[in-house]
Amino acid sequence: MRRKLKEIKVAVAGQPNSGKSTIFNLLTGGRQHVANYPGITVEKKTGTYRIQEHKVFLTDLPGTYSLTSYSLEERIARDFLLQEKPEVIVDIVDATNLERNLYLVFQLAEIGIPLVIDLNMADVAKSRGFQIDTEKLSQEIGAEIVPTVGNKGRGKRELRQTIHKAYESKKSPRRLDYGKELESILKPLGQFLSKDANFSKRYPIRWLAVKLLENDSEAQRAVKKYSTNGEEILSYVEEERKKFISQYEEAPEKSIAHQRYREAEKIVGHCVKQIRTEPKTLTDRIDMVVCNRFSGLIVLLGTIYAMYNLSIVQGYKITNYTWPLLAGLQKFLVLSLPPEGFVFDPLLRAMPLGVIGGVIAVLNYVPIFIILFALIAIMEDTGYLARMSFILDRVFRYFGLHGQSVLPLVLGGVYVGGCAIPGVMACRGIKDEKARLATMLVVPLMNCLAKIPLYVLLLGLFFAATKGIMMFFIGTITIIIALGVAKILSLTILKRKESAPFILEMPPYHLPTIGGVLRRCLERLGIFIKKIITVVMVVMCLVYLLINFPGLSKERKAHYNSQANRIKKSFMKKIGEDNPYTKLLAGDGLINFTKYRNDYRAATRGVEEEKTKKVIEQKFRQRNFEFFKIVKKGKYELEGKKIKDKDAKKVHKTYKKVFNQRRELRAEKKKETIKGSFLGRVGIALEPITKKLGFNWQVNIALISAFAAKENAVGTIGVLYESPPTEREDRLEKRLGEKEGGWTPLHALAIILFMAMYPPCIPTLLMIRVESGSTMWMLFATFYPIILGIIFAFLAFTAGNLLGFSGLKMMITIYTLAIVFMVGVGFIKRKEKTVQQKTAQDEIHR
Amino acid sequence: MTLDELKPGQKCHIAKVNAEGVTGQRLLDMGFVPGAKIHIIRNAPLVDPVEILLKGYHISIRHSESKEIEIVVP
Repeated sequence: MRRKLKEIKVAVAGQPNSGKSTIFNLLTGGRQHVANYPGITVEKKTGTYRIQEHKVFLTDLPGTYSLTSYSLEERIARDFLLQEKPEVIVDIVDATNLERNLYLVFQLAEIGIPLVIDLNMADVAKSRGFQIDTEKLSQEIGAEIVPTVGNKGRGKRELRQTIHKAYESKKSPRRLDYGKELESILKPLGQFLSKDANFSKRYPIRWLAVKLLENDSEAQRAVKKYSTNGEEILSYVEEERKKFISQYEEAPEKSIAHQRYREAEKIVGHCVKQIRTEPKTLTDRIDMVVCNRFSGLIVLLGTIYAMYNLSIVQGYKITNYTWPLLAGLQKFLVLSLPPEGFVFDPLLRAMPLGVIGGVIAVLNYVPIFIILFALIAIMEDTGYLARMSFILDRVFRYFGLHGQSVLPLVLGGVYVGGCAIPGVMACRGIKDEKARLATMLVVPLMNCLAKIPLYVLLLGLFFAATKGIMMFFIGTITIIIALGVAKILSLTILKRKESAPFILEMPPYHLPTIGGVLRRCLERLGIFIKKIITVVMVVMCLVYLLINFPGLSKERKAHYNSQANRIKKSFMKKIGEDNPYTKLLAGDGLINFTKYRNDYRAATRGVEEEKTKKVIEQKFRQRNFEFFKIVKKGKYELEGKKIKDKDAKKVHKTYKKVFNQRRELRAEKKKETIKGSFLGRVGIALEPITKKLGFNWQVNIALISAFAAKENAVGTIGVLYESPPTEREDRLEKRLGEKEGGWTPLHALAIILFMAMYPPCIPTLLMIRVESGSTMWMLFATFYPIILGIIFAFLAFTAGNLLGFSGLKMMITIYTLAIVFMVGVGFIKRKEKTVQQKTAQDEIHR
Repeated sequence: MTLDELKPGQKCHIAKVNAEGVTGQRLLDMGFVPGAKIHIIRNAPLVDPVEILLKGYHISIRHSESKEIEIVVP
C-alpha cells in the first residue's frame, strides 16, 4: 500500500524574463497542469514532484517586477502568497540582472515565508564577465542561493534539495532595514498592527506595515476589513505619511523603493565583480538592425508576413492533408447513425450530422492553430515580440491600442483570410488591460477565411469587371474600421479600464528550446480544444432546432410523402414488372440501393489509380453483387467473361431520374422547413426593416444562419434559391443572377459590407469570453458588429440609391468615409488622452 | 531637464521622478530611482518610444512617461 505523502506547498516567483518557466519545467518535469486563475485570464501552472517522504506541490506565480496592487499580475502573485500561505517561496533571479531582481527579493523576504533564491542563467552571467560570489550573496541577503542554468537543465537536484531544506528549517529570510527615517515609522506601526492577535495571524505584519506606508490600496482595504482597530490604524498611517512628506519632501513609497535599490546596489557591489565588459553584446548588434528605422520596418513586415504565411496559408495547405483523416472520422461516425429516409430523415440522424459537422469543421483548423501557437511561443521566447511593440507602439497608440496589437490583428486577417480565434488568443500577450480588451473586441472585424466565399460569390456576379479592386477595398476597409472602432471603444466603454504605462523591458534575445515551444503550443491547444468542442456541440444542436422546428404541418408532410410514393411508383412502372431487378428494388430496396450508390460514388470519387479502383470495386461487388451490376450500368465481369446486362442498364438510367427527382423534392422540403422554422419566421418578420439595407428574407435567413458558422451563408442562399447547393458554385451564381433580376450591385455591396462587419463565430465568442473573463464582453462583441453592419449596409444601399451611385463609386465613397472616420477619431484621442491621464493620476493622488 | 529631451547616445543620471500613481510606482519598480544612470540607446522608427539602458538592462519608454523624469547630464 502506498503511504500518503505529506504535501509541501511551494510558490515559484520571479521577475519577467528571468527564465522562470524553464525552471518550473525543470523542477516538475512533465507533471504539470495549466489552468487559469479563477475568473481571470492569467495562466496558472501547477506541478508536482516527490522528494523523500514529501510531495512538493508547485504553483507558478505570474512574472512581476514588484508586489504592488497596481497590476493584475502583481495582485495575483501577492494574493496567492498571502492567502494560500505556501511553505516555501522560490524566487527565480536573473544572474545577469541582479540589481533589479534583488528589488523583488527584498519584498518577498518581507512576507516571512522561507525563501530560496535560484540564481538562474549563471552561465550567461559568467560569459558576460560577471563573477558572482554566491556564498557572500547568500549571507548578505539572508537566504539560500542555488545557481542554475535552466535551459541546460543544470542545478535541478541542488534546487530541489535546497527547497526541502528550507522547508525543514522553517527559517524566515532576513528583512531589509529601511533606515532610521522609515524604520521609526515602520516599527511602531508593526506593534500597532500586532495588537489584534487574530489579524496578525492572517497577515505578515512587517509586510503589511511597509505596504500601508506605501499607501497601497489593497493593504488599506485588508486593514479596514479584518482588523478590529482598522480605522485607527489607517488614520495613524495617514498622519505619519503626511509628517514624512513635509519633513523629507518625498512620498514614503519613493523612499522605500529608493532604499531597496540602494541596498541592492550595495549588495551587488560586494558580491559581483565584472572582470571584463563586453563592448557590444549579440543582442545589441541584432537590435541595431531590428530596431533601425529602415531595416527594422523591413524585418517587421517580413516577420508579420512569414507568420501569416506559415500559419494561415501553409497551415491551410496542411489541412488539405488532414482533412481526409477528419472526413474519414466523420464518415465513420455517420455510419453509426440511423440510415436516411427517402424524403424525411430521422431526427437522430439529422441532428448529430449537424453536430459532427460543426465539430469536424473546427477541428479542421487545428493545424493552423498548432503552427500559430508555436510561432507565437517562439516570438515570445526569442524576445522579438517586445521589439515589435517598440516599433509599432506609436501607430497603434493613436487608436487606443498597443504595439502588441499588431499580431492579433494580422492573425485575424488583415487583408483576406485569417482566423479570429488565434487572433483573440494572441491578445493574451498585451500587458495593458485597456488595449488588450480593445484589440480583442476588434479582431473579429478582420476578414476571416469563412467570410471569403460570400465575397467571391457576390463579386463574381455583380462586380466581375472590378473584382480585384473591390477585393482590395473590402480587404482593407475592415482594418480601417477596426482601428476607428478601437479608438471609440477605448474612449467610451473601456475608459475606466486599467491602462498600464508603456515601460517595457526589451530582454536579450535568446534561442527558444524546442521542448519549451512545443509544451506551450500544446498547452494552449489543449485549452482551446477542451473549451471549444463541448460548446460547439451544444450550439450546433440549438441551431439545428432553430432552423428545423416547428417543422412542417401534417398536411405538408403527407404531401411530401405522397410525392415520394409517386416517384417510387413511377420508377417501378418504368423499369417494368418483368425486369429481374424489380423485386430487389421494391419497398426498402430503393432506399438501400440509394445508400449503396451514394457510398460507391463517394468511394470512387477522385480515385485515378487503376489498382485502387479495382480494390474498391471488389469490395462493393462483395457487399451486394446485384446492386453492383446496376451501378456498373450493366457492364461487369463474371467468371472471366465480360457481360452486358441490358436490364441493369435500364434500371440505372431510370434510377438517375428518380435520384434527381428525389433531390429536388428534398430540397423543396428543406426550403419549406427553413422558411417555416423559428429562424425563417424571424427572417421574414425582419424583411420590412431590412428592406432599407437591401436584404430580402432569403438574405436575412442566410445571414442569421451564418451566425453558427459564416461558411453557412453561401450554403443557405443556395438552398433558398432553389435546389441543392451543388458541387459547382457557378450554378448558384447563375441561379442568383437569374432569379434576382432585381438585384443591383448596391444590393450586393450592402450584403458584402454586412458580412465584413459580421459578428464573430461561436468559437471566437467563446474565446473572447475565456480571454476577457466576462460574458458581458462576449455579448458586446456579438451585438456591436451587427449595429455596425446595419449602418454600413444602410449607407451602401439606401444612401447609394438616393445618390444614384454605382456599386464601385459607392464603395469608394464609403471607403473614403471610413478613412476620414479613422483619422478623425485618431485625433480626438490624442488630445483627450493627456487630459484623461491627468485626471486618472489626480484620482490616485487624492 | 527631463529625460525626453535627450538624444540617442547621450548619458545622464536621474534627479527626480515626478510621476505619481501607476506610472510613478512602475518607474520606481523598474529602477528609475534618483542617482540611477541612464544611457539613451535609440528612438523607435517613429521616434516614440525610446529605448534606454538602465542598471544593465534595456527598457522601452514613451516620451509622455519620460517627461516625468528629471535628469542631470554630467
